Amino acid sequence: MRTVIFRTIAPYLAALMVLFSVFVLLRGHNEPGGGFIGGLIAASALAIYGIACGVAAVRRAITLHPMSLSAAGLLMSALSGLVSLFTGQPFMTSQWWYVRLFGVEVPLSTPMIFDIGVYLVVVGSIGSIALALEERESD
Amino acid sequence: MSLIGSEATFIAVLAPFAAAIVAPTLTRLLAHNAAWPLALVPAAIFLFFAGLVPEVAGGVSFTPMVDWAPSYGVTFSFFVDGLSTLFALLISGIGTFIILYSGGYLKGHPQQGRFFSFMFLFMGAMLGLVLGNDLITLFIFWELTSITSFLLIGFDHLRAASRRAAIQALVVTGGGGLSLLAGFLVIMAVTGEANMSAVLASGDTLRDSGLYALILVLVLGGAFTKSAQFPFHFWLPNAMEAPTPVSAFLHSATMVKAGVYLLMRMHPVLGDTALWTTILPVFGGATLLVGTILAVRQTDLKLMLAYTTVASLGLLVMLTGTSWEKAIEGAALYLLAHSLFKGALFMVAGTIDHEAGTRDITRLGGLRKAMPITFAAACLAALSMSGLPPFVGFIAKEYLYTGIWGGAGANYALTATAVLGNALMLVIAAAVALKPFLGPKVETPKHAHEGPVLLYAGPVVLSLVGLASALLAHDTGVLVIGPVVSSILGVPSTVDVHLVPTHIGAALYLSLGTIALGVVLFLRLDALRAGTAGLLTAIGWGPDKGFDQVIAGIVSFSAWVTRTVQGGRMEVYMTMTFLITAAALLVPMTVAGTWPTSFAMPGFRFYEWGVLAIAAAGLVAVLIARTRLTAIVSLGIQGFAVALIFMLFGAPDLSFTQFMVETLSVVILALVMTRLNLQPRDHRPMMARLCHSAIALAIGVGFAGLLIQITSAPFDRRLSDFFEAYSRTIAHGRNIVNVILVDFRGFDTLGEISVVMITGLCVLALIRVRPKRSAEEALDLAAGDEAVRKREEARV
Repeated sequence: MRTVIFRTIAPYLAALMVLFSVFVLLRGHNEPGGGFIGGLIAASALAIYGIACGVAAVRRAITLHPMSLSAAGLLMSALSGLVSLFTGQPFMTSQWWYVRLFGVEVPLSTPMIFDIGVYLVVVGSIGSIALALEERESD
Repeated sequence: MSLIGSEATFIAVLAPFAAAIVAPTLTRLLAHNAAWPLALVPAAIFLFFAGLVPEVAGGVSFTPMVDWAPSYGVTFSFFVDGLSTLFALLISGIGTFIILYSGGYLKGHPQQGRFFSFMFLFMGAMLGLVLGNDLITLFIFWELTSITSFLLIGFDHLRAASRRAAIQALVVTGGGGLSLLAGFLVIMAVTGEANMSAVLASGDTLRDSGLYALILVLVLGGAFTKSAQFPFHFWLPNAMEAPTPVSAFLHSATMVKAGVYLLMRMHPVLGDTALWTTILPVFGGATLLVGTILAVRQTDLKLMLAYTTVASLGLLVMLTGTSWEKAIEGAALYLLAHSLFKGALFMVAGTIDHEAGTRDITRLGGLRKAMPITFAAACLAALSMSGLPPFVGFIAKEYLYTGIWGGAGANYALTATAVLGNALMLVIAAAVALKPFLGPKVETPKHAHEGPVLLYAGPVVLSLVGLASALLAHDTGVLVIGPVVSSILGVPSTVDVHLVPTHIGAALYLSLGTIALGVVLFLRLDALRAGTAGLLTAIGWGPDKGFDQVIAGIVSFSAWVTRTVQGGRMEVYMTMTFLITAAALLVPMTVAGTWPTSFAMPGFRFYEWGVLAIAAAGLVAVLIARTRLTAIVSLGIQGFAVALIFMLFGAPDLSFTQFMVETLSVVILALVMTRLNLQPRDHRPMMARLCHSAIALAIGVGFAGLLIQITSAPFDRRLSDFFEAYSRTIAHGRNIVNVILVDFRGFDTLGEISVVMITGLCVLALIRVRPKRSAEEALDLAAGDEAVRKREEARV
């Protein structure tokens, strides 16, 4: 699998896929996409990078263990549901804030934080499975 | 509430928990002297409850409470009346001296801080139990005492005997706790009340209920296991594996009385029925006899005392079970007397063990010169246990004999049981108090001398209280026993307690007879011991063995189930899973006769047919593929075709996900294939191939039938309409699928991502499983463990 062409292209491809996955994640509320799909794309990016350049390179690139990403995502999703408790509403009632950034109104919300959490869980879990499987191949 | 304020009661119950937190630090600073400041906590609690005594004796009971879980109607509330006050006084009063005693007994033990911590946790739990008003609160504290008892019995967790005893106690009392919980739930359903005080005010509701027998059996299940009634008595002697302060406190003075407490507490609403006055005296009487006979058999001081504790608990249950006023008065007095003398005697036994190095009665003797204070305390306590004047034990026996002989009806069987039991208890009391101290000096493993003040303070004070409460009999009756009897009977009553019998009657003769019988038996103790030993060897089986057999049975049964269900062959698992899936699809449709009869072919466009053809081609490729890897990739073709179909029919999100899932599954499956070192080709015998094809076909047909059936039914648009209408307006999103996932049904998604993560962790763990270590390595490792354990033991 480690052909020269693949190994040359893979880093760019993976980077593009991660970028695309974030795009898919953020557009999800209004267009096809969302955290789950985005997470799967990003996990594929990790898998491709791992197949091409070795698992060690991937682990260096993401610094954290993928399972930590997953755990952070789960925590984030769970905490996003707690925000509504401060306004006296039931667990997971969505909260919206409209922030002006550089003259553009950006809607932020707890469902968005929740979706980012989903994204991280999927990247972390699927990514760590794929990486672990690839790793044993080499030793 | 006119009393000091409900907060004070809460603080009194919570204080031991706070002490449990600071105990380890304090012990690190002060070593065993931490016992002195720590003992102030139970002492303060004792003074607080002692301050309540006059008002409680005046007939006041009160129920401080705060809401705990209002949505379930659970409150954190306490019920302070005569019975709970007596128990609270015993727990905190004896607890004070136990804490001091623990300071001396475990002096220099590396885990002394932890021990103090456990003791305080137990003290708090026990206070909560006897004061708890809300049934759920009471139950939680009840279980908490079982758990702290488990921790304390297993305190010396490096010894297998401790661990076994701890687990046994937990299984027996914890199992009883579940029975009690069920009983409480039925009581709550029948009375509609969640508070003990309200239940007690419900009069005959429970007795008249059709569920009375069920309630009684469930509550007794809890009480009998906790208070070690025959045939559940075996855990209590085994619990003597715990350090002696634990035996003195939990397993004689307080925790084991929780069952008796519960019976006395519930007596006004559950007692005085034919069932009650049959079951309780029978089991109580049997426990009394079994306990005393087994006690005679023992030579270990702690075990002798433990079995007489079993016997005393049996006596209390028997007396409570008669529902006669006089007998109840006897029970209340005996409850007080027993906690005092048994706590003291256990501490004496512990001191002897600590100072002389053994507690085997046949290896002890002549310690009176070396340990005069301990000897004096032992004598005072033993006199009370023997029921001799002028001790509270004597008064208790007078009252209980009056109760069962001259009460509502003379009962010869009960009287005979009580006399024999009490006579044997006198034998044990005399043996424990006299044998180690009198006679010629016997060489003991350690050079015996008097223990420090921490060790003898407890036995001395407790035995003196036993004397004082008898000398001040009138005050004891008015302040303590009267209110307790009022609580047990459920009607205000006063008890006139006299030290000197007011008239020469049956009770006095029975008392004299008991003493005479006891003395005769004591003189023949060795013959008696040999006799019972022979008898027990002849029987050869006991509940303790039965417990082991039951546990072994459960273990081998679960091993059998695991072996049968999880044989370890993936092929079998897969076949079973698919077979059951096929059955779940086909059987209901066949039985209910809902097989779809018609199928309207939708009008596809040519490119849609094209995609279907690709999917079919993918499947054919899977079947004719020569290597596994080709088959996996071909399956991917089918998956992508399905994703395309989703796209064409207007489900872009689904299609998108399907693409990604297909890609990743092909990659991961391919990786797994290379990892598993499978042969590249699939060689299955013809028979297996046919069998597997049949299962696959069945599932395919089943799913097709199910889908046709579902799609032919009229589509209910209510949910779709709801989401279409509100996705934009409420959730600010145009992508309905995503809005459902992250907002409308976000809670489901939270569950799903948790599952995704757990699955990830499990797969990771599976991948990392290494083949078993070679036998040699395993041996080396075990040897290492052994060495570590030895070092630990040496350190302790």
